[in-house]
Amino acid sequence: MFSTVLPYLLSGISVGGQYALIAIGYTMVYGILRLINFAHGDVFMVAGILMVYITANGAPLYVAIPLVLVVTAVIGFTIERVAYKPLRSAPRMSIMISAIGVSYTLQNLVLYITGGLNQFYPSIPFISETITIGGASTRMVTIVTPILTLVLVVLLVLLINHTKIGMAMRAVSKDFETSRLMGIKINSVISVTFVIGSFLAAVGSVLYFTNYTTVIQTSGNMPGLKAFVAAVFGGIGSVPGAVVGAFIIGICENLLKGLDTILIKAGISTSMFGFTTFSDAFTFALLIIILIVKPTGLFGEKQTEKV
Amino acid sequence: MTKVSSLTKPKKIDRGTLISIVLICAVYVLAFVLEQVMPSTSMLFTVLKKGATYALVAVSMNLLNGFTGLFSLGQAGFMLIGAYTYAIFTIPVAQRLSVYQYYNGGLVQFSLPVIVAVALAGLFAAFFAFLIGLPVLRLKSDYLAIATLGFAEIIRAIFQWDKIGILTNGSNLRLFPTFTDDFNIRDADGNVVLYLSTLVPFLITGVCVAFIVLLINSSYGRAFKAMRDDETAAEAMGINLARHKMLAFCTSSFFAGVGGAMLAMYANSVQAKSFTTAMTYEILLMVVIGGIGSVTGSVFSSFLFVACSEWWLRFLDQEQVWGGWKVPLLRNGFRLVVFSLIIMMVVLFFRKGIMGTRELPDLFRKRVKKTGKESAKR
Repeated sequence: MFSTVLPYLLSGISVGGQYALIAIGYTMVYGILRLINFAHGDVFMVAGILMVYITANGAPLYVAIPLVLVVTAVIGFTIERVAYKPLRSAPRMSIMISAIGVSYTLQNLVLYITGGLNQFYPSIPFISETITIGGASTRMVTIVTPILTLVLVVLLVLLINHTKIGMAMRAVSKDFETSRLMGIKINSVISVTFVIGSFLAAVGSVLYFTNYTTVIQTSGNMPGLKAFVAAVFGGIGSVPGAVVGAFIIGICENLLKGLDTILIKAGISTSMFGFTTFSDAFTFALLIIILIVKPTGLFGEKQTEKV
Repeated sequence: MTKVSSLTKPKKIDRGTLISIVLICAVYVLAFVLEQVMPSTSMLFTVLKKGATYALVAVSMNLLNGFTGLFSLGQAGFMLIGAYTYAIFTIPVAQRLSVYQYYNGGLVQFSLPVIVAVALAGLFAAFFAFLIGLPVLRLKSDYLAIATLGFAEIIRAIFQWDKIGILTNGSNLRLFPTFTDDFNIRDADGNVVLYLSTLVPFLITGVCVAFIVLLINSSYGRAFKAMRDDETAAEAMGINLARHKMLAFCTSSFFAGVGGAMLAMYANSVQAKSFTTAMTYEILLMVVIGGIGSVTGSVFSSFLFVACSEWWLRFLDQEQVWGGWKVPLLRNGFRLVVFSLIIMMVVLFFRKGIMGTRELPDLFRKRVKKTGKESAKR
């Protein structure tokens, strides 16, 4: 029984860690700007495409990976400056539409550059290696992801709680206007948020695409949406919440993918029920349940509405 | 003006409305005449048919996002329900065995007239919207957006499920009446005597949009706008928020369902995988380009959007040589890049879109001072 569940559990933990790295970007941006950054999933995808093109031009991996991380962070910064900053005083819906516009633009741009073909992600030595854990064969990335995720999250939490810029971030997410009055440079805080979010998404993309091996312009959609759901699930605005939510979603999704096989092997059912079809839908069902039962998520702070 | 006099006084149709009605009629006549004289393979008709379809969906989305202030991103899901309902009920009985070849002809063994099926498409979409609305409409702004988007994805997953293949044929349906040829009237020899395949989508969209306009101008519409402007104030004025939100949500979904049926008729086949979030985004962008809160704007921009993406900007996708000079950058996909950049420009710099919140009759009215604007509208 356990040996049938184990592979799904392992890939769940791995995917969960990758979602977590994307989800942090969503949750931080939402915490500060109250904006669902629909383009975040596409930034993640662009990081994947960058990696493909940079390595294809002959750059060795020890150059390519840092380069991808930096360029993605710059892209995140640019998107914020070009598409969100001019709309800072506009209604929230306008900024959200702008985010959707950016997502549309990035996807079309990548479609143009790649010609809409699947791009093969370069295999990265060490994390692409196949290993066997408890009888289940998997890639090294499965082990690396959760560890790396946790290390990065701890660093990020330290940054938020113990540095000046972190304090500014917390202040801005508590009260935008007041922190501006207190002399915090809102724009630089927001830029730093986008840079951190995009950087983590780029790390996530290296891990994610090592697992899935191909990148196409729509690759960012589903992971992006799921990471957002994870952020909501954990309580939007809370970094640890997003991470916990992402692991829960990653694991549940993968268990559901394997549920048919697990049930048949356990002798509970005899035919395929087709649970795999619902592995994406499940995430959204979870979102809707959490929004109705506890809209603030697992670790979210309660907000009262002012008239 | 007292209430009594406004009730007894017969409504005077002002100049702007009159000109608009004449113009709209002229467009219909023009569409009809063009269809008789031009070859039916012309790109113009593709654009007109698809444009009419998207116009309806965009207006239905505008009803929610622009007039009621409910930011919903579930449009593609309701279109999917509409498209499937239409297709399932209209495949001719004789064709069912060949369509549902792996499912013994499927579950439904009769077919309904097109108009009934289109209405059913809307009703099913509205019914699902009701079920979804019960929990979801309690949410606010972006949470509502993401929840409706999630529901659209769930609906898509359900329709792709192979266990209900007896209805959906493994999520692929075809051979139902379409806009390509099925509405043209033929004589006994099979020659077309009257081309109607562009007029039919125009008529469906026309009737539906007219209904939406009437709804917006009714007391319900005023309640919707009040909720959009300030929910708390609207509630204080005695508007039942839950009821009105549900009404707007179901009405919008009804027309999205009808739009989905039209899309099925336009595309000749229904596949669940094409009703993605990207489709909702495209419709949203049409609404934004036209102006959030303007029915006319949504209709204009849908035609414009479809014409640009299907026709006028097509040349950007092919390599071109102008006088011996090879134009750089032009290759497959460039059209969409240019297109998205234009959209970003609109979103960032022309936030009001083409029409802002104005409607067609407003264009023909004399400019009134801002204070007099509200009274001029009545």
